[in-house]
Amino acid sequence: MAVRVSEADFDVSEEMARLAGDDTGIGGVSIFVGKVRGEAGGEKLVSMTLEHYPGMTEAELERIEAEAQQRFRLSASLIIHRVGELKPGDNIVLVIACSPHRGDAFGATAFLMDYLKTCAPFWKKETLVSGTTRWVEARESDDEAAAAWVSIGK
Amino acid sequence: MTEKPSTGETVLRYFAWLRERTGLSEERLILPADILTVGDLLLWQSRRGHPFNQAFAKPEAIRVAIDHSHAKPAAEIGSAREIAFFPPVTGG
Repeated sequence: MAVRVSEADFDVSEEMARLAGDDTGIGGVSIFVGKVRGEAGGEKLVSMTLEHYPGMTEAELERIEAEAQQRFRLSASLIIHRVGELKPGDNIVLVIACSPHRGDAFGATAFLMDYLKTCAPFWKKETLVSGTTRWVEARESDDEAAAAWVSIGK
Repeated sequence: MTEKPSTGETVLRYFAWLRERTGLSEERLILPADILTVGDLLLWQSRRGHPFNQAFAKPEAIRVAIDHSHAKPAAEIGSAREIAFFPPVTGG
């Protein structure tokens, strides 16, 4: 189980190999990668800057990961979130969940992403081709996705 | 957490557009004794004068964390060392 906040990019296969190690109990690995879209509200995006709250971010990601461990049978999991200035096509976030079976791996990946999006203190600021900058607004659908897990229970 | 505040002081931190609108990333001060909850603190910020009154004009759009944990408006501030203000998060 690990969380990491970093300006540097990540290599998916390297991270997966390191996480799974030689654990032959793992039967399935689910991976989600979030990327910067090249367009925002119909306008071309030049860059996206990610700000976070050092200290709270790591604490929050660890809480989310611990909650995922309670809900799913996980052999290993990893969350990497990038910060700083990113360009269209760049990676933003990596979530990997390893489990004996695919159901727990898929479920944990979705759960980790839904909670990360509503709880982890990151903020995105877009710079558009017109020169305007704006803070991305939170989406209600993200809150609903996270809230849905509450009714599903453990 | 940042450097430990001296006795009675609370560190207030601001992120994203709250940092921009207040012009501060953090400040240290002794909060008025009648501020008991997160809601009280938000109201106090909105009455604090420029630039805080504008930054905190819509408290429902602002989230608060006490010592690195999310806190609802009814939450008590107690002996918090660090209180952060920020818009709803948009990571992932």
